[in-house]
Amino acid sequence: MILSRDTLCDLYKAMIIIRLFEESLVEPILSGEVHTPCHLCSGQEAIAVGLCKALSQDDYIFGNHRSHGHFLAKGGSLRALAAEIYCRETGCSRGRGGSMHLIDPTVGMLGSAPIVAGTISLAVGAALASSIRKDGRISVSFLGDGATGEGVLYESLNFAALKKLPIIFACENNLYATHMPIRECRVNRPIRKIAEPFGIDNHEVDGNNILQVYDKVQQAAEACRKGSGPVFMEFLTYRYRGHVGPDDNVQGLHMDLRPQEELAHWLEKDPIQRLERYIREHHVMDELELQSFKREAENEVQDAKAYAESSARPRIEEITRYVFA
Amino acid sequence: MSLHRKLSYSLAINEALHQVMSMDPSVFLIGQGVKSPWYVGNTARGLIEEFGENRVIDTPVSENGITGAAVGAAIAGMKPVVVHPRIDFMMYAMDPIINEAANWFYMNGGRANVPVVFWGIINRRGEQAAQHSQALHALFAHIPGLKVVMPATAHDAKGLMVAAIQDPNPVVFVDERLLYGLEGPVPQEIYHVEIGKGCLRRQGKDVTIVAVSLMVHEAIKATQELIDDDIDAEVIDLRTIKPLDRELIIHSVNKTGRLVVVDVGWRSFGISGEIAALVAEASFETLKAPILRVALPDCPAPASVMLENGYYPSARDIVQAVRRIM
Ligand SMILES: Cc1ncc(C[n+]2csc(CCOP(=O)(O)OP(=O)(O)O)c2C)c(N)n1
Ligand SMILES: [Mg+2]
Repeated sequence: MILSRDTLCDLYKAMIIIRLFEESLVEPILSGEVHTPCHLCSGQEAIAVGLCKALSQDDYIFGNHRSHGHFLAKGGSLRALAAEIYCRETGCSRGRGGSMHLIDPTVGMLGSAPIVAGTISLAVGAALASSIRKDGRISVSFLGDGATGEGVLYESLNFAALKKLPIIFACENNLYATHMPIRECRVNRPIRKIAEPFGIDNHEVDGNNILQVYDKVQQAAEACRKGSGPVFMEFLTYRYRGHVGPDDNVQGLHMDLRPQEELAHWLEKDPIQRLERYIREHHVMDELELQSFKREAENEVQDAKAYAESSARPRIEEITRYVFA
Repeated sequence: MSLHRKLSYSLAINEALHQVMSMDPSVFLIGQGVKSPWYVGNTARGLIEEFGENRVIDTPVSENGITGAAVGAAIAGMKPVVVHPRIDFMMYAMDPIINEAANWFYMNGGRANVPVVFWGIINRRGEQAAQHSQALHALFAHIPGLKVVMPATAHDAKGLMVAAIQDPNPVVFVDERLLYGLEGPVPQEIYHVEIGKGCLRRQGKDVTIVAVSLMVHEAIKATQELIDDDIDAEVIDLRTIKPLDRELIIHSVNKTGRLVVVDVGWRSFGISGEIAALVAEASFETLKAPILRVALPDCPAPASVMLENGYYPSARDIVQAVRRIM
């Protein structure tokens, strides 16, 4: 598959914005300026971006607790994300939700929530809505490897298969669920095989290779749209940061629970550097252009944070605004 | 002397688990994070080293299945403690808790009891928002067949954990993360705090403040301020919310004639309304003023700290409520 220069630039820029934004949160989290629990997705950008860019704006996605990247990749505003993380009135959830409740229905981002597996069935429901309306949309459920422990996933797989719903179950397997390595959570079989007994088409994808992600998702989305039923995709990846916040801050010790060699191994497979290499090798952009992309991204991140910091906080008089019962 | 020994709330729970588990091989701990201090604080400290992975079981993220397994193990003669590091996660386990465990003994004509502890931790504040800060104790208290305890002190955290484990029936143990660092006297030896018994934290003659968990401390703070107004408030720490210590509450209200109920949960359909109803039924004629409630507004937990500050009531709200009925 040969991608156009525009598409490659688009993928590249979206990934670096996410990376720079996530990394820009490290300081404010450590200094206490940002309180809301932030599950950073540094290292996993290629999945959010490659997948969302292979969808159309009308398609739906649902996220989980680690959804800054999902939100941005689907077209959510960087300013609105930053403002939500700073819990400001201008945030995408008006400061009521924080980092774990990101939404922008205008771009098909129907929400994210930290109850593990809590949004899987909701994504099935959005696909059901599309299938009833025959509107040609597809729906994507982002879930972690940890979510494969929850029963609702299997109920959702069965129902989606039974009704041939247009949904992609996008499992980001980063090998850990909080402090638990995957080998302590499930028997050693590829996650994607859980789709097999339901007759659901399933694929393993290198989640750190954005070109592969983009290509495989395009194919899956096309199949879904044609009515051939759900697709399960397992993306192999790794998060660079702690489960929540910059590191696994166990009892005040800023450390990572995972082996350092493992992290080093994955840093070598960095999705952004890989795309950069590809771009260089294929002379898509020259060094100057790459640098200017980075500067632009950095400026956008700075702008978004300045916007967030200068935005008003929700007012206490409005605490019950949006309460209806 | 044992009386002067101090322990934090979380280590008091830890000591209860150590002591009960070494006394009774049928007790085991299961749930997310029991092998890592990252999750349940130090409540599980040293347990895996002492009792092994056979009896201290960290689990996949599978609340429904794991809680059901705990219930089944209890029916089969074990005494499981199943921990949910946030009570919000326990919502996936409502079926085994409510439909199965709570009803099992009654619907089987008393043929099999279910000695299980469902331990759920409330984690309010921290801009964590609606799914990570909920106080859901009243849901469980509504169900016939569940006892619900909510310790406010390190002493009671240990004593109620011991009592909950030793109880032949399902007990929901609800604690509060913000109390984990709180130190208090905790006897070294094993003891239990009777389920269904509250206690007087302060004697007074003018008004009764009934409080639970974290709010007991706010109530005590409030009494200090009320002294300046010449108001002598009595504070009851419920400790158990189901079954309620009716005698203690009614006896106190009969003496003071005034009641303010302070809950960590929402205002509507919660324990504050239950206690108000109980007093209205049992001693309406002794009341000198309306019963007031201090509780969370009927609103999901907001993220923004500005909203959180207005959301969670404090001693000031209790003082204001008391002043209104004096
Ligand atoms: C129902 C429920 N149980 C437990 C948790 C605590 N928790 C938050 S994230 C997480 C692990 C998620 O792991 P995974 O799905 O692999 O996502 P990752 O964090 O690796 O992106 C857990 C157990 C939760 N939020 N919800
Ligand atoms: Mg994971």
